[in-house]
Amino acid sequence: MILEVNNLSMKFDTKTVFQDLNFKLEAGSMTALLGPNGTGKTTLIKILMGMLKPTGGSFKFDKNVRLGYVPQFRNIDAEYPLSIRAFIGLNAHLFKTKKVREQIDHQLAETHLSQIQNTRMGEASGGQKQRAYLAQALLDHPNMIILDEATASLDPAAKEELMGLIKHLNQEHKITVLFVTHDIPLAKKYMTDYLYLNKGTIRQGKMSEFKEDFE
Amino acid sequence: MFQYEFMRYAFLASTFIAITCGVVGVYVVARNYAFLAHTLSEIGFAGAAFAVFIGIAPLWGMLLFTLLGSIGVGELSLHSDQKESSISAISALFIGLGVLFLAISGSNSRYATNILFGSIIGVDKQGVIQLVVLSILVLLLIILVARSLNFDSFDHIGAVAHGVHTGWVGIAFLVSLAMSVAIGAQIVGSLLVFILLTLPSSTARYIGKTIPAMIGWSVFFALFGVWAGLYLGFITNWPVTFFIATIEVVIYLVAYTLHVIKHR
Repeated sequence: MILEVNNLSMKFDTKTVFQDLNFKLEAGSMTALLGPNGTGKTTLIKILMGMLKPTGGSFKFDKNVRLGYVPQFRNIDAEYPLSIRAFIGLNAHLFKTKKVREQIDHQLAETHLSQIQNTRMGEASGGQKQRAYLAQALLDHPNMIILDEATASLDPAAKEELMGLIKHLNQEHKITVLFVTHDIPLAKKYMTDYLYLNKGTIRQGKMSEFKEDFE
Repeated sequence: MFQYEFMRYAFLASTFIAITCGVVGVYVVARNYAFLAHTLSEIGFAGAAFAVFIGIAPLWGMLLFTLLGSIGVGELSLHSDQKESSISAISALFIGLGVLFLAISGSNSRYATNILFGSIIGVDKQGVIQLVVLSILVLLLIILVARSLNFDSFDHIGAVAHGVHTGWVGIAFLVSLAMSVAIGAQIVGSLLVFILLTLPSSTARYIGKTIPAMIGWSVFFALFGVWAGLYLGFITNWPVTFFIATIEVVIYLVAYTLHVIKHR
């Protein structure tokens, strides 16, 4: 067990986002967090990341968990000056010793960005940017990674590349994956389990048995 | 030129100020604080006028006002929906106050000119020491929070996601910015201090692809402008501020044009 959520509830003022959520995630699992837009998927993630306080209930990560988190939106415009390498390095030690440089090299290779590491982030494609966000999070050596709508704005080829990468991280490095999306076909192709958040409640099961169609 | 003591002092003080503004400027531009820097310089003008009014050195009045102003304006710009309007209102209020302080202190218009447009040639030994010490303090503060400041300034959302204490970093940076405005205003004046805080670093963004590279280029352009400005001011007797402003603008326009041509 890497995460256990008990009776988790969240309200903004009088509006209940969700009530009494209960679920558990196994270490090494690959779970899609599904649900229509506006059901509180990002809110749930922010609570798990400690960025929001729930109004009720609790959750517990395994004591050995090291979380990596790739948020949904970033402020990277076309004029953004840092290279892909420098962007990833924001999450590394200030002084780029040989060891730090090697860690960055490793994550660049892992996310297939070595060739274009000196391209400016502002000029990178959507898929390259997403892989850079992932590489930046991987510098923390996480054993669980949470991705929020990472494929939302990507073209089909870039989606496949990113998902292939995530699958590789799960299979080769045993990283637990929690993947927020509303793309059901993609989730069916790559994820093994699902959490379905809708109308304030949550359901859990095997992705292959997922029936709901909310789109 | 260096046989004159006032030129030696001017160069020494300007060098430290240019380095400080060059470094801080990289974060000013990355955080989209150019407008805030401009507002702080107007608040600084009021502070300097206040200092003249109560009879202390303008630098201290400026420092006091910019430090208080940076926290106030920073809070406003973070929490107000009408960020630009509220900052404009504050600017207007402080310029008005500055005019009032100058008027009631009965000082002559030369004082106002010095505050608004700078008076580096007039800096004495004590002034140089103060400016150098303040510059070093700003740089130390930046180095102290550098890793978090880099992350927060260049990837705010990522920094929050990685648990960086962005609130504290923001305050530390506003303090550095306030101090930079106060000391930068001593060379180019409060009206044009935002030049040193925005133009060299904006130019550097077109060239550097890493933060150290951007800082290097930004400091280089700031130093070049300030040194050349002092030299040209010395040989022509025209205002140093005019030369610094012109040089920085020309460098920026060249870099911008090259960037546009390259990306067309």
